[in-house]
Amino acid sequence: MDNKFAHIQAAHCENGVTTNLLRTIGVCNMTEPLAFGIGSGLFFVYIPILKLNNGPAIAFRTMPGFIFKRTCQSLGIEVIRKKFRSKERAEFFLKECLDAGKPVGCQVGVYYLSYFPKEYRFHFNAHNIIVYGKAQDNYLISDPVMENVTTLSSYELERVRFAKGPLSPKGRIYFPIENKIVTDEQIRKAIKIGIKRNVRDMLHIPGVFTGVKGIKYTGNKIKKWRDKLGLHKAGLYLAQLVRMQEEIGTGGGGFRYIYGAFLQEAHAWHPNDQLLEISKTFTESGDLWRTAAVQAAGIYKGRLGSQPDFNMMGDYLLEISELEKKAFEALSKIKLNS
Amino acid sequence: MKKEDIPQDPSSLAKCTKEVCYAVDNSGKYVTELSTGWEVKTTALSVAWQDIEKRVAAAKQKVLNKEISPLLYFMELRLMDIGIVAGYTGFWKWQIKRHLKPSVFQKLSNIKLQQYAEVFNVSVEDMKAMGSDSI
Repeated sequence: MDNKFAHIQAAHCENGVTTNLLRTIGVCNMTEPLAFGIGSGLFFVYIPILKLNNGPAIAFRTMPGFIFKRTCQSLGIEVIRKKFRSKERAEFFLKECLDAGKPVGCQVGVYYLSYFPKEYRFHFNAHNIIVYGKAQDNYLISDPVMENVTTLSSYELERVRFAKGPLSPKGRIYFPIENKIVTDEQIRKAIKIGIKRNVRDMLHIPGVFTGVKGIKYTGNKIKKWRDKLGLHKAGLYLAQLVRMQEEIGTGGGGFRYIYGAFLQEAHAWHPNDQLLEISKTFTESGDLWRTAAVQAAGIYKGRLGSQPDFNMMGDYLLEISELEKKAFEALSKIKLNS
Repeated sequence: MKKEDIPQDPSSLAKCTKEVCYAVDNSGKYVTELSTGWEVKTTALSVAWQDIEKRVAAAKQKVLNKEISPLLYFMELRLMDIGIVAGYTGFWKWQIKRHLKPSVFQKLSNIKLQQYAEVFNVSVEDMKAMGSDSI
């Protein structure tokens, strides 16, 4: 049963799991950028009162689980999502799925993930992997961010599936049900829905902490970090920002490049040249995020540290906010057929 | 980002896998390419680890000064906050806060100590030893 599964590496774990699972049920033209775009994955949020690993809580993508859920929903595919109280029942259900020849997605914590290098093992509970088979005591694992497939013993898998802390997976398992053929028409429609929903998330959520307003808010906050937190702590905060933006899973530039790739692929389904133009704006935005990261690195390495350096850092984010605002406003006006 | 500009700097992740990056080729089309790492983010990660080491050392000193129980040292060592410890041990957060007091920790039953020791992946003796002597 395991020889049917083809591992495809992706930049981001949830995109990868979504793409690979959809391919197993016959949606062969699914790609990582399409999954990300249809799932309206691009986002920004800064929650000042929440601390993660003693740093600011910043995310460049939508809530964990949303990409899979929304992509399947938009394509009209039914999904099964289950959480468990009991570890035994969680494993029993997993085995049942595998016996039926079904690869499944599992939400796991990274801290005890044995095949990851130690430096990357924080208490981060929103990682996603595919379990696609079992050989003796070992489960066969396809982790989309890895080049190759790997294995976990049943104890190791249980431990990561029942990791504790914020967003604890509680044995979460999910997979799409093979029910009907996804037509080209449906993909076209899903792309449209995905873009519209992303416009809403980035422009129209009330409050100042999310979307383009969130980027602006963060930019203005950063300017005050030097005085408020002191140089050392401000450096740590910026390092955290850069890690959220660039660490494994983002494809670079805080997911902006993947979104640019999505708009290009969307053009193949909806031949409107504006999509290509807006895609370029996201490339530009990704580049600016990376320029900002270099500036941030100057600060946390101790090469920079004056108030003008912090102002410049903040101004990058203000510029990005304006740029993405324009891009999403253009997307909100775009005419796509069907 | 242009495809040829994708950084290929050494990183600890490269021992285990390369990562997928998105970038545009000469015709402006998006392609994917594997990268070994980027110095900017490798440093961000090592900055985070330096901070953890500092926190561990500071916690150790506090324990030696008898200001706090050895639990704090192991929490910092295992990157756990009170919420995460509560999740793994099943104690309430307020209980753990109490157990952080050296006087309360001294009187903890063996069963409770065992619960902590398991989560921190140490023996009860080693956990307590942090209180009188360093490891």
